[in-house]
Amino acid sequence: MNDKMRRTFVVVTGVLAVIGILFMNASSDVGGYEVGDYATDFELKNVNGDMVSLADYADAKGFIVVFTCNTCPYAKMYEKRIIDLDKKYKSEGFPVIAINPNDVTQQPGDSMDEMKARSASKGYGFPYLRDDEQKITAAYGATKTPHVFVLNKEASSKYKVEYIGAIDDSPRDASDVSEAYVAKAVDALLNGTKPEVTGKRAIGCMIKWRQS
Amino acid sequence: MRHVMTCALLLSFGLTQAQEVKVIKYPTLASEMDQFDGLTVVNFWATWCGPCIKELPYFEEANELDNVRVLLVSLDFPDEQEKVKRFVSKKGLDSEIMLLDEKDYDAYMSKVDPSWSGAIPATLMVESNGRKHFYEKAFEREQLFAQINKFIN
Repeated sequence: MNDKMRRTFVVVTGVLAVIGILFMNASSDVGGYEVGDYATDFELKNVNGDMVSLADYADAKGFIVVFTCNTCPYAKMYEKRIIDLDKKYKSEGFPVIAINPNDVTQQPGDSMDEMKARSASKGYGFPYLRDDEQKITAAYGATKTPHVFVLNKEASSKYKVEYIGAIDDSPRDASDVSEAYVAKAVDALLNGTKPEVTGKRAIGCMIKWRQS
Repeated sequence: MRHVMTCALLLSFGLTQAQEVKVIKYPTLASEMDQFDGLTVVNFWATWCGPCIKELPYFEEANELDNVRVLLVSLDFPDEQEKVKRFVSKKGLDSEIMLLDEKDYDAYMSKVDPSWSGAIPATLMVESNGRKHFYEKAFEREQLFAQINKFIN
């Protein structure tokens, strides 16, 4: 190998390495948040017409952010338990914030009007927001409904992700739950400790992304 | 008379061809995944999942390919075997159908693929050399065949 060839080789290798690093970074963005990351605040429209942000909750110690919807059977199975989580933990400083991420053109049952009707008839005690642009859904890395992110408010505007995944281990039968993952995670945070279990998968309905 | 016989024959043929819905545990699924000398395409679906039902015909079509074996793994609840059977016969599905009876979602999903968050539809393709490719998404027909063709040619 002469000098010219060697130089070319070094340059080509360098360029390939840079391209490789760019690709790795691009793909790691797709995954959204992992436990330990800081979650972004948002400003999304509630069923009552108000805009809602995490920053509105000055006294909150954290949040149970649930990506959910009107239409997914698993979201419906968990609906009552989401209402109950909010009832139990709102007063302790961990309110539920529900976000509907589904594209309305593909899932008309998830329109703002349908959301209003459902939250009224089921008596939601928490905001039920629409992420029309799906930017927050993408930033969090939610993939399905229901999909929970438990956030611990460390300081003003510092929301650390402490748990991601399922509400508990028994979707169909609330009386058969042996591990209430979200409740346990919030209990731990209220006690000033870290959740033992920081992520559990569960079946859910794929989020209906806008087709661009 | 001949027509009646033909009809009866067709009917009985149709009945014997009615698709079985085996209720299985994960280890059975895992061993089924690497028994075929070709591409095994495992599609996770459920009778309540709209996007899953939409893509089922593409998987049925893929199952016609010589070197492709399609396994349609239903994630309906284990006591809904009859409901799944009715669905399968209504749709006339030909691929092998299994109903996965596992309550520890996290455990089996992480074995299927660590990146699976739990959304369905989801599809795992296993090449004859054991190499796996996982897709947590709904397929359009052309996309599915483009992927499959990559692994069988």
